[in-house]
Amino acid sequence: MALGSKKTRRVAYQAAALAALAAAAGFLISNTAANLAERRIASGFGFLDREAGFAIGESFFLRYDAGQTYLQALAVGVVNTLAVSAIGIVVATVLGTAIGLLRLSGNRLLRGVAAAYVEFVRNVPLLVQLFFWYALITDTLPGPRQALEPLPNVFLSNRGIYLPSFSSVPSLQGFNFAGGIAISPEFGALLAGLSVYTAAFIAEIVRAGFLAVPRGQVEAAQALGLGHWRVVQKVAFPQALRVIVPPLASQYLNLVKNSSLAVAIGYPDLVSIANTTMNQTGQAIEGVAIIMAVYLTISLAISALMNWYNARIASRR
Amino acid sequence: MKRLLNALLAVALLAAAAPFLQWALLDAVWRPDPAACRAAQGACWGYVVEKHRFILFGTYPYAEHWRPALATVLLLALWGVSALRRFWRPRLALVWALGLTAIGVLMWGGVGGLPYVENGRWGGLILTLLLTTFGLALAFPLSLLLALGRRSELPAIRAICVAYIELVRGVPLISLLFMASVMLPLFLPAGVSIDKLLRAQIALVLFAAAYLAEVVRGGLQALPRGQYEAADALGLSYAQKTLFVILPQALRVAVPALVNTFIGFFKDTSLVLIIGLFDLLSTIKLGLTEPAWSGFGVEAYLFAALAYFVFCYAFSRYSRRFERQVEPSASLRDIA
Repeated sequence: MALGSKKTRRVAYQAAALAALAAAAGFLISNTAANLAERRIASGFGFLDREAGFAIGESFFLRYDAGQTYLQALAVGVVNTLAVSAIGIVVATVLGTAIGLLRLSGNRLLRGVAAAYVEFVRNVPLLVQLFFWYALITDTLPGPRQALEPLPNVFLSNRGIYLPSFSSVPSLQGFNFAGGIAISPEFGALLAGLSVYTAAFIAEIVRAGFLAVPRGQVEAAQALGLGHWRVVQKVAFPQALRVIVPPLASQYLNLVKNSSLAVAIGYPDLVSIANTTMNQTGQAIEGVAIIMAVYLTISLAISALMNWYNARIASRR
Repeated sequence: MKRLLNALLAVALLAAAAPFLQWALLDAVWRPDPAACRAAQGACWGYVVEKHRFILFGTYPYAEHWRPALATVLLLALWGVSALRRFWRPRLALVWALGLTAIGVLMWGGVGGLPYVENGRWGGLILTLLLTTFGLALAFPLSLLLALGRRSELPAIRAICVAYIELVRGVPLISLLFMASVMLPLFLPAGVSIDKLLRAQIALVLFAAAYLAEVVRGGLQALPRGQYEAADALGLSYAQKTLFVILPQALRVAVPALVNTFIGFFKDTSLVLIIGLFDLLSTIKLGLTEPAWSGFGVEAYLFAALAYFVFCYAFSRYSRRFERQVEPSASLRDIA
């Protein structure tokens, strides 16, 4: 009775699952090959060396013009994604921590404001918020000639935000500003949207982290005569951090993935540039594969980094 | 001192809120008149008033708008009834089946004198609600299989489930939607084609299943080992053990987290705008392309935010109340 034995059944189930998977994959691959042949699309990554021929609105660190290759265009997209994600993570962490602490404040009014922020922001889709920030910049701010100047040499207009840099201050030249640090409406809206949205989730994590510190710990520190700030810094914060870090890591991952919504407001992130590339070349499979590979790599890198940091603070008891 | 601080704080908050209230309420224009809107200092809610039919029903034939309206009410009623524990009987599944059939008949038509409307013309609120409902209904069973598979003793099955879950969770939803809209047609045999709505729905189901699977796995892990061992000791088969002992308890533990995932999914359906479907957000945005109404984006998106907020907030309130009602079963705590 070999067929009835548990071991045989285990092998049979797994073989069946693998066979079904292989059959499905084979079916899809053969269909795809036939469809590609019919549409005369050459598969493969050869197109990356061809000239892209489209301009990109903005680029961090890398120089790019329309005469360069698809590979270089996609590299600009990756750097743009990383730039907005990195700045967004910093802003969201600061804002989220502040709001999380406000939710624990002894003042009822402050607590209420922070709670309202969290409830409202978490329950509205990020895409709506991105469109809102973008409309706020482009629809309600005046043109460059009537730009608002809330602080000296800081200009707000519907063409973007201009800040002074160490080497130069922005000045009106022709139809727009030149010099200083320019923040495009697209980048500004994406950064505002990602930071405000993620901060609401981080605030809840920070709050839960501090609530998880046993009361006795704080009381003991106070009994030792430590001041309010020393109690927070030396006793409450290090213990809260252990609870905060793991969910914080997944919020960072979400922020990076959510930065892909840039395509909806025209910030040239990886998805946006890959989308243009797919439309021009018809290399849909390769385009989607590149997007997925890059995001998987970033995800794995962030979780490896956060695991390492988590192991470090967890062992430092 | 503390009182003074509070008073100062309240004044500061009022000073910050006053210009907004002035803009949003006192100076606002409610008439659907773009010229009056441009002349006024305040918000232009006239945009929403003017476009409410388009926002609710998209490009559905104008004379037939009562059909998506009735379908929307019906679908919301189904959700409302399902929220009440008193109706949690097997018969509820029958009610859903009948309700969804009625909604299908209303939306497509083509029977009983109703003109046929192809699903390419569906849009607005009902599209968002349908994508959410079918997305969750189809993703949930799939997520159960994935979660059980991930905890299976069979290495090959475990590996397949882990790979699927981690792959889907590691990439943005947009990339899955792109995959569905540009790659899915290439995957199908020649001559077979599926429309845009169904393609987006497939991507949403595959996406939601991976996230729900992790929530279900959380519930499975929360069960004490004794439950598994007791079921084994009784000589139950794997199917009996899973269906009658494990899942009923694990799902009860997972309910709050499941509802949170449902809310997230409802928000995520707005991404179908990017691949060109006319969901609620899309219809709100599209009205702005009419030159007379361009430039009122802030009002349009504040309205969109409010619309999504109402649904999500109601859902999250419900889940919190539910959490308090269903203190995880006493029996479970006694054993653990």
